[in-house]
Amino acid sequence: MTVLELDNVNAFYGESHVLHGVSFAVARGEVVCLLGRNGAGKTTTLLTIMGYLRPGPGRISYGGRDLAGMPPYAVARLGFGFVPQERGIFPSLTVRENLTVAARRGAGGRWTLAEIHRLFPRLQEREANLGFQLSGGEQQMLSIARALMLNPTLLLLDEPSEGLAPMIVDEIIAILRHLRQEGLAILLVEQNMHTALDLADRHHVLSKGEICFVGSSAELEGNEDVKKLYLAV
Amino acid sequence: MTETALALPKRSASSLPWVVVVLAVLAALAALPLVGSSYAINLVIEVLIFAIFAMSLDLLLGYTGLISFGHAAFFGVGAYAAIILATQLGLGIWASLAAGVGLAAAAAAVIGYCCVRLGGVSFIMLTLAFSQLLFAVALKWRAVTGGSDGTGGLGRPSVLGWSLTDPASFYYLILAFFVVSYVVLRRLIAAPLGHVFVGIRENEARMQAIGYRTRRFKLLAFVIAGAFAGLSGGLYAMFNGFISPESMYWTASGDVLIMVILGGAGTLTGPAIGAAIFLLMKNFVSTRTDHWMLIIGIVFICCVMFFRQGVYGTACSLLQRRRTKR
Repeated sequence: MTVLELDNVNAFYGESHVLHGVSFAVARGEVVCLLGRNGAGKTTTLLTIMGYLRPGPGRISYGGRDLAGMPPYAVARLGFGFVPQERGIFPSLTVRENLTVAARRGAGGRWTLAEIHRLFPRLQEREANLGFQLSGGEQQMLSIARALMLNPTLLLLDEPSEGLAPMIVDEIIAILRHLRQEGLAILLVEQNMHTALDLADRHHVLSKGEICFVGSSAELEGNEDVKKLYLAV
Repeated sequence: MTETALALPKRSASSLPWVVVVLAVLAALAALPLVGSSYAINLVIEVLIFAIFAMSLDLLLGYTGLISFGHAAFFGVGAYAAIILATQLGLGIWASLAAGVGLAAAAAAVIGYCCVRLGGVSFIMLTLAFSQLLFAVALKWRAVTGGSDGTGGLGRPSVLGWSLTDPASFYYLILAFFVVSYVVLRRLIAAPLGHVFVGIRENEARMQAIGYRTRRFKLLAFVIAGAFAGLSGGLYAMFNGFISPESMYWTASGDVLIMVILGGAGTLTGPAIGAAIFLLMKNFVSTRTDHWMLIIGIVFICCVMFFRQGVYGTACSLLQRRRTKR
């Protein structure tokens, strides 16, 4: 069942045209990965979906509903859990408050504070600590946990493995796998090919705001040209 | 994840010394009329009124991250409305005070509605422009406001037939208003709504990404702050018996910003202390030199350069550092 669908989406930063006709879809229980070098348009795609950038021509739909012109708060309420690259932890709220402030929207679903603590025991240990006191890995977990508090149907993650120790990356990959099994749709932006290959069902390689390759992990792994031309391997 | 120590400080590290400090401050404030001269009593009344005003601005500046450069407008609306309603429409003193608070909140709702759509410098300039607009109304609408001469005659209230006209009784009334305002604002900040305000200050885009229509919450903060500013204005009208347009001029908005920053924005207690420092300096330095603003200016510059978190904020982080060292 398709959750999110982009059809020929264009986006602009002021005058400059940064996304050129991007199309793809994400279904329930599927991890779709956007790959590409810096500046290829991966983060821009996520920001456009979330409504931070005003989209140009093209259609973004969620369960058949057009998202055109919707502000970020409205997109979020539809069931989008956005985990940005900078993680965006509120530094002077406690770990618990970072979660409860998100829980006000979307109460009564799968994810409660107790469920979050089961998935991330570390966050329970740290619940009275302030956001700025967390390590990078803890921040990333909190950012994912906070997005889950919205009880989303789609999770959008921007480079969740960036700057983290391999052990923690493995832990986060395991958690995302578990979430996929539960039926969540996941759209993942990655620079790190190994994380991407480990996790995703389908890969879309972006270059200069256009999709230039679509394929499974096996197809991507076997395609030396794409890896050499468009990815930093 | 062993890269962070487990023994990091937690926020609500409230311990016995704090309770002792709070009780001591309250006891000292309560005992003042027994030992102080009427000059001292009146000075502290003014401090307490401006402390409410500064705390109301802190809700915007320190907690929601909105730099309002027109906050004196709501102080002025509260004061003018209380006086005008009491003297020209014959409303009771309490009703006039309440109506002043309501009108200040209403003015904040209208002005805030226009201002919260903008961010950064535009927000600052627009709040300044609106407050100057209200200042012009106070100055030019002579028939009602008395123009540059100002207006007065609100008088002081009585509670259950007990008149509060003498300095000591009036002092306790203002102290009660201060304590209630402090407790209400403190609880608001600790409540989920307070976390929303802090979230907006720290990362507005993230608050939107978790489903908050942040503009509405910024407006709500603006209205609550306007209401408390209106309350302080109404109390000032009672205390001073008189209000003039000067109280809502842009320099008055600047003064309250200085109080908040001097004491420590985002601490609630700090701005109250900032109001005390500002007014005590104004009173003592101005008896010695006409250039008291120069002295306050220098203190303010030093504060911004060396004590970014203000007097109270700096003291708190020093204490916290000592506690974690142990």
